[in-house]
Amino acid sequence: MTIALDIFLRLAVWLLLAPLLPGIINKVKAWVAGRRGPPVLQLYFDLAKLWRKGVVLSTAVSPMHILGPAMAWVAIIAAALLLPVGPAGASLSFRGDALLFVYLLAFARFCIALAALDTGSAFEGMGVAREVSYAVLAEAAIITALLTLCVQSGSVSLATMLAPSAGAGAALLAAGLFGVLLAENCRVPFDDPNTHLELTMIHEVMVLDHSGPPLAAILHGASLKLLIFAVLLTEAVLPLGKLSLLQAIGALVALVFVVAIVIGLVESLLARLAFRRVPLLLTTAFLFCLFALLVAWKGGMP
Amino acid sequence: MNTTREFLPLSNGTSVPWADVPEWPADEFVVATAAELDHGGRLCAWFGVPENSATRLVAVIAFDAENTLAVGRSAPVTKSYPSLTLRHPQAHLFEREVWEQHGLMPEGHPWLKPVRRQNGGHPAVGEFFRVEGGEIHEVAVGPVHAGIIEPGHFRFQCNGEEVLHLEIALGYQHRGAEEALTGGPQRAAMSQMETVAGDTTIGHATAYATILESLAGTEAPLRAQWLRAIALELERLANHTGDLGALANDVAFLPTSAACGKIRGDFLNLTALLCGNRFGRGLIRPGGCKHDLETERAAQLLDKLRVALAEVNQAAEWLWDSNSVRARFEFTGTVSAGQAAEIGLVGVGARASGLVRDVRFDHPAGWHRFAPIPVAVWPGGDVFARARVRWLEIQRSAKFIEEQLAAPPDGETMEQSFNSSWQGGASVSASWGEGEILSNGGSRGRPPHQLAVALVEGWRGEVCHVALTDSAGKFRRYKIVDASFHNWSGLELAMRGQAISDFPICNKSFNLSYCGFDL
Repeated sequence: MTIALDIFLRLAVWLLLAPLLPGIINKVKAWVAGRRGPPVLQLYFDLAKLWRKGVVLSTAVSPMHILGPAMAWVAIIAAALLLPVGPAGASLSFRGDALLFVYLLAFARFCIALAALDTGSAFEGMGVAREVSYAVLAEAAIITALLTLCVQSGSVSLATMLAPSAGAGAALLAAGLFGVLLAENCRVPFDDPNTHLELTMIHEVMVLDHSGPPLAAILHGASLKLLIFAVLLTEAVLPLGKLSLLQAIGALVALVFVVAIVIGLVESLLARLAFRRVPLLLTTAFLFCLFALLVAWKGGMP
Repeated sequence: MNTTREFLPLSNGTSVPWADVPEWPADEFVVATAAELDHGGRLCAWFGVPENSATRLVAVIAFDAENTLAVGRSAPVTKSYPSLTLRHPQAHLFEREVWEQHGLMPEGHPWLKPVRRQNGGHPAVGEFFRVEGGEIHEVAVGPVHAGIIEPGHFRFQCNGEEVLHLEIALGYQHRGAEEALTGGPQRAAMSQMETVAGDTTIGHATAYATILESLAGTEAPLRAQWLRAIALELERLANHTGDLGALANDVAFLPTSAACGKIRGDFLNLTALLCGNRFGRGLIRPGGCKHDLETERAAQLLDKLRVALAEVNQAAEWLWDSNSVRARFEFTGTVSAGQAAEIGLVGVGARASGLVRDVRFDHPAGWHRFAPIPVAVWPGGDVFARARVRWLEIQRSAKFIEEQLAAPPDGETMEQSFNSSWQGGASVSASWGEGEILSNGGSRGRPPHQLAVALVEGWRGEVCHVALTDSAGKFRRYKIVDASFHNWSGLELAMRGQAISDFPICNKSFNLSYCGFDL
């Protein structure tokens, strides 16, 4: 019973807090540009609006078009439940859950890509091609980052891996994970979440034909994924497991907030990359993680 | 094929009797036109004039280096003539247009299809150039776009992310602007000319007014010419600033994009200060300008201009200083100087490829005869060059306005003979509406069988208006060529071998008009 309550509570926190992050980022961007900007709660309003709307379906699509976003959403939520919260640990924790975590995120991407391809549109096909080709590089980086934490803690369970800090390689790991965060969540300089230009989109173009509740699931899933990466980055760098619960939660919230502000600043001050240069930046992120791995592996030796 | 000059020379903003325009049989006319173009000419307009059941071809050619224009015409043609495009690709759209409007077949034209309408149907219906192959895919964009912009259809042939070929189908906004003037000018003509391309109100209005004035054998008072020149530069300032912001927006560079949107509004407000309308509507009328700029408002305009200029300089500095922006702009969408000359680019597109082409400098008319403007050229031909030329022109335009405000000419803003005809109320406007030869007591009528040409350097580039009067002095044919008509082909060329994701910045760097093309 307590386990059920625990899972329910965590679930509620994850689901309710996730849409806050894009709101903070947009507020920072508006502030830099000298605008008032949309309310911080804008995404909540959007989700509520989409939820009440009907679904417009192309005659070309199969049930996968609706099923894809739903499965992706569930997979992302499951990944969120695998993440520990400081000394409180994770709701679900077992040996090797780090691998499941990576694969759940990959599965979510697969579902969205399939739902996009289902429309048969040239745009969406283009978006899927871009998304999955960059994902190959981003996944290499995130697996290396998790490997670093494995070597550091001698465990393959997220709860143990994320309890201590990443040690000497923490700065390298943070840089690498931040790059992956930007790429995985379609932020500038990899993608432009605000663009209306379908030819330049990556993630946005994959969801052009979605509407109503499935689109709400996609948008909410995207914000949840952003929160997951921000939390992962924070926990990899800070030894949250060593703090008391209150301290850990305070530090977690503060650092996630800082991450959101930094994303906002990056988006305000940087132009996005040409597509042909995206692999360079992703490879750089991978190298950061790789060097963090080397530090963890060799640096720990007496 | 080397022939002596045989076309009739004339200056910008003047008219010549139709009978004096030299005439050739169609095939010889094509050879003669090609010879003129070989001699350094540039095709400003190529159109048909219906005569009984046949059509005459007319060519207006600009010799930029010699600061002169030249016209020639063909004998009436009925079915076909040898294509000029084979020797001079800059004629390709003109020949397609003549084929669409008059049914004259240019024999040997490599890609003959309608320009604006597809047999009365949808412009995108019909054949597009296709690249075949297992890896090739086709991407169709538009006519409905994701932003609040005009409609146009873009067909890309892609190999992965690389664009092999782009073909653009326009015509969704064809309103019949030229056709409406036949038998005119009607009372609404001036307002219609102001909206041929709404962002080039001053450019098209000045060209149209110049045509009427030159037909009447007069010109606007100096003070009106001075006001028109200032309004033209204000229009350029607003649009160039908006374009820099739009370019920044397309690469997600927030600071410049946010600032330029606001500063563009400031420049538009300066035009509003001048005439009460942000786009300059109602300022220019045949015979002069409807509004004057008193010393007080001139001083106010100057103050606000300096503030806005300082702001746009700051915004542009952020743009130039950002490495990430330069990485996107440089070597993207390149049009070489050779290509630009071959397809007859004009305006910003031409100057950014290193061509010295500017009507204000090459073919000065109106106030530009007294106040020359240097030509802002930047070599390279890429998105960066086109952005840079805009920035240079912002500097020059602001400087020009400052200098002109310091030394205004005195006098009227409206030529009296025109003045009475335009402000005299219903009786006179009725006489215009009925298209009588004489607009005002016989002194300023439009002569019969006269050909007038007016070029204006709008902010996008050359705006060309050509008018031919009939035996009663009404318009027999009125031809409008917006800079966009020349430059859309430049965008098609710029996209070859580019990443399809770079299309938006290439498109913005040209920022061509859809309605100015569709007429």
